[in-house]
Amino acid sequence: MTQTDAPAIPEIEKPPLLLGQLVFLRFKRHKLAVAGVFILILLVFYAVGGTFFKSEDYSLVTDSSIRLTSPSSIHYFGTDAVGRDILARTIYGGQISLLIGLIAMVLEVIVGVLIGAIAGYYGGVLDSILMRFTEAMLNIPQIPLLLVLGKMLSDKIQPIHLFGREFSGSVIVIIAVIGLTSWMGLARVVRANFLSLREQEFVTAARCTGTNNLSIIFEHILPNTMAPIIVSATLSVANAIISEAYVSFLGVGVMPPTATWGNMLNGAYNYIETAPWLWIFPGGLIVLTVLSINFIGDGLRDALDPRALTQAE
Amino acid sequence: MGRYIIRRLLQAIPLLLIISILIFILLQSSGDPLASMGGKHVTRPEDRERLARIMGLDQPIYIQYIYWLVGNDWVKIDTNKDGIPDTFGSRKGVLRGDFGDSLVDRGKSALELIRERLPNTLILMIPAEIIILLSSLLVGIISALRQYSLTDQVITAGSFIGYSMPIFFIALASMYIFAVNFRKWGLPYLPTVGMFDPKIGKTTEQVLIHMVLPIFSMSVVSISGYSRFVRSQMLEVISQDYIRTAYAKGLSERMVLFGHALKNAAIPFVTLVGIDIPFLLGGAVITETIFGWPGMGRLFIDHLTRFDTPVVMGILMLISLAVVICQLLTDIVYGWLDPRIRYN
Repeated sequence: MTQTDAPAIPEIEKPPLLLGQLVFLRFKRHKLAVAGVFILILLVFYAVGGTFFKSEDYSLVTDSSIRLTSPSSIHYFGTDAVGRDILARTIYGGQISLLIGLIAMVLEVIVGVLIGAIAGYYGGVLDSILMRFTEAMLNIPQIPLLLVLGKMLSDKIQPIHLFGREFSGSVIVIIAVIGLTSWMGLARVVRANFLSLREQEFVTAARCTGTNNLSIIFEHILPNTMAPIIVSATLSVANAIISEAYVSFLGVGVMPPTATWGNMLNGAYNYIETAPWLWIFPGGLIVLTVLSINFIGDGLRDALDPRALTQAE
Repeated sequence: MGRYIIRRLLQAIPLLLIISILIFILLQSSGDPLASMGGKHVTRPEDRERLARIMGLDQPIYIQYIYWLVGNDWVKIDTNKDGIPDTFGSRKGVLRGDFGDSLVDRGKSALELIRERLPNTLILMIPAEIIILLSSLLVGIISALRQYSLTDQVITAGSFIGYSMPIFFIALASMYIFAVNFRKWGLPYLPTVGMFDPKIGKTTEQVLIHMVLPIFSMSVVSISGYSRFVRSQMLEVISQDYIRTAYAKGLSERMVLFGHALKNAAIPFVTLVGIDIPFLLGGAVITETIFGWPGMGRLFIDHLTRFDTPVVMGILMLISLAVVICQLLTDIVYGWLDPRIRYN
């Protein structure tokens, strides 16, 4: 585009943009995605920075004399059915919810990329076996599967101590369960990309120079298929947060006293008429987080679109 | 085409077997069926052991799976542990339509329980699906035809928000607004939970007004997602040469849009919806729990929390079966709608 518009400028004065700069420029133009980044940063500040204002012990104190009090100057977000402060619980619950989203995403990406890459690169029998397995997993509806696994495992793991805090063992179970039930879409995308990329000249060239398979997979082919992985990874953080909320909402996810935005909603519908603050605050935070992550994902998808990457601004 | 369908049906069999093995292994390690059967009654250890033998729980897992699949009425069980098999088993196996008996509701088979609840789920799902399809087509087309207009931007923003909402948030918010607050403000309000008001009884009218909120909650997320898809499909089709040709030969706007554009834009939409429909059954767990709707989703969560393995397993298998069948149907419809695709 620039050549036709401004032929007077010699090309040499304007060095071509690096891929990262190009993506950043294109991402910046997506206003909603930028807003998403800001909201997400604020939410992280809320969950992490809140630690300095309310201690975790405070979020666990139960006091039945102040149960279900409406938002006031003492308890800004009100109290829940056993008198715990909802503001403090949304802070500590937010940490866990965001953590679950992130770690489950990492797990999902590792499994999805590995299975997709191996199936796509090696092909043959290995591909058939892995893809039949992927298909079978895709055909089991995710929410009921999550519920079954959550119910089965959530009380089997001992509480863990980390950073001087105690986490319910069910946090780990939920992370593993979500990560291991959501990799199938990504595996299929990665496999499809590997199938076409492995036939390209640069792979043949790498093979001719004696590069081993592992290094071809991870150093030569994988970098060329990063765009869909990044987009999918971003969106799966949102999905993991929603999935956690679903199972915890139904009471088989992360077990109290550890708070998450999801399990704070558990039982809230029993107080729908009397105590709406039970679900408005944690539910609103979930919606805000998921919305901003979805905006970011959409922006990244546009910014990383290889068909559009060539047009520099 | 006939050969294609047969080939796909044959492929579906191993797929269903793999699914059933996965689910079976998961559920077998999920708890002690004898404990959930016993309830409050204390059973003697001898009785427990006898029961375990009758139910085949003393067998290795692959034998248990075979019993579950094809039944055990062709083998003799050694019920009294004297080393001599004496009685034939009573299970017929899934392949002969026996999913086992419920461990919690004594005397009822898993399939009976599911059959009782399935109609309740379907009367929510079918209208919901119709509303979802019509509205998302409508919204998507309007949005595409007025690309970048204010209407389009409002719809896009709205669908983004709707898409990011977990079902339970929509359900709770709509309950709070249309049931709780409308009542407070003296407006006609909607009921929150259940299928009918027990004081009035199960009349058609009662069931209908109780259906409004659950269907609304189920629809919002799907409409948001689908309408975005329809929009992008329409935009892609509208820029095709044959649409310009249709305009050039003087066809009316309506004819071009509905006769030419929509027909082509709808083909990928069919695939998407066909694959998603059975997954709505899974999502029904949440909607039905919040709205106290006595459907299959509620059955699932109620019996899951009480470790009623046969019922849970039955529901999971039936949904997976529905997924496989829907995928097959979708592929067939796809080939029928789109003459560019030839199966051979």
